[in-house]
Amino acid sequence: MDAINALAGIAVGSALDHARARRPTAKDQAQASYDALFHPADPGGVTMHERFAVALFVAGLHGDVVAMRFYGDGLTRSGAPSALAAATGMAADTAAGQGPYGSFPAGLLSREDAPGPAYRVPATERAVTGPRLAAAFEHAHMLVLHPRDAAPEHLQALLDAGWSTPDIVTLSQLVAFLTFQIRVAAGLRTLALVGAHA
Amino acid sequence: MTQALHPTGHPRPLEFTRAILDWLPWLEPPGADALTPRQRESLVDPGRAGSAYFRLLALDPDVLEARTRTDRDIFYNTDAGLPRAERELAATAASRLNGCIYCASVHARFAASHSRRDADVQRLLNEGVDADLGERWNAVVSAAVALSRTPVAFDASHVERLRHAGLDELEIVDLIQGAAFFGWANRLMLSLGEPTG
Repeated sequence: MDAINALAGIAVGSALDHARARRPTAKDQAQASYDALFHPADPGGVTMHERFAVALFVAGLHGDVVAMRFYGDGLTRSGAPSALAAATGMAADTAAGQGPYGSFPAGLLSREDAPGPAYRVPATERAVTGPRLAAAFEHAHMLVLHPRDAAPEHLQALLDAGWSTPDIVTLSQLVAFLTFQIRVAAGLRTLALVGAHA
Repeated sequence: MTQALHPTGHPRPLEFTRAILDWLPWLEPPGADALTPRQRESLVDPGRAGSAYFRLLALDPDVLEARTRTDRDIFYNTDAGLPRAERELAATAASRLNGCIYCASVHARFAASHSRRDADVQRLLNEGVDADLGERWNAVVSAAVALSRTPVAFDASHVERLRHAGLDELEIVDLIQGAAFFGWANRLMLSLGEPTG
């Protein structure tokens, strides 16, 4: 099953299915990216629960109910306890906001600074996620909503919470990939709704 | 315990520019000689072994390789669809909004060289995503910006405006994929290191 077609509701043989087929490598390799992140041959240092929980959190930050259902189902299928899905959903609800915001390097661009909150997972949800996954949610919030605030201290927080350098690369790719996948699917859904011109 | 890197003493770009920049990692990437055969293969372009950014991403080779091949088809497959210049314009607009000075520099150069509209591209960098670049480019930038916001703000009005500006279905799909790809690229560049130059 093609994940973007599933998220966008694109039927085989539809106009958008044909349009996507004109970029066959983009379609296949977006799916290969999804598979590498969510059905890896070897998950290495990042567990399947962590992958799907972060994905559900990121979908929630986007307020994208289709993606929330998709990754919520993935989290359940990964064998995670239902308490983790519930805590992740609660965390995303309180973390959501409007992006992108954040600060530029101090100087000419400072007039465009749009300060906003950094996110900390509340104690109730942290009790379920544990500190390592909580650190991943906090990092994902920065990446999704205020990426221009990124600093080495954010990576240090992950390192201190037990994420290795390769784990951080995988986590960063996972969150960044989802911002792509969710945007492609949302864009294509809108395009399909407006309908093709004759 | 691993420590994040804190590069110091290098020139930091303080505004959006079309100048050629470099990038310094905040995590130690493997050395070019330390890459495994699979990591080296995942670079797709062997020359990328010289880049700290790509050597760092090669720590998850399956994702890096798929990402690189996705990128190339979205931007370089010129079997019809959106002109290269406007795919690069969408990438520049997304990078300008998100605040990725490095990504914006690369793709503003591409947008300018493909369109020969250097002054308009520079206006986008200087003034931001509300710069007036003429209706067709304004429609492309506005759509790329709406796609880049969280929650995604791209709606029927953007599609209608793009169609009115003359874009067909495949061109709009190219625009959606090009802008969305820079959601991915900007976040990696912004969060794993910093620009210099």
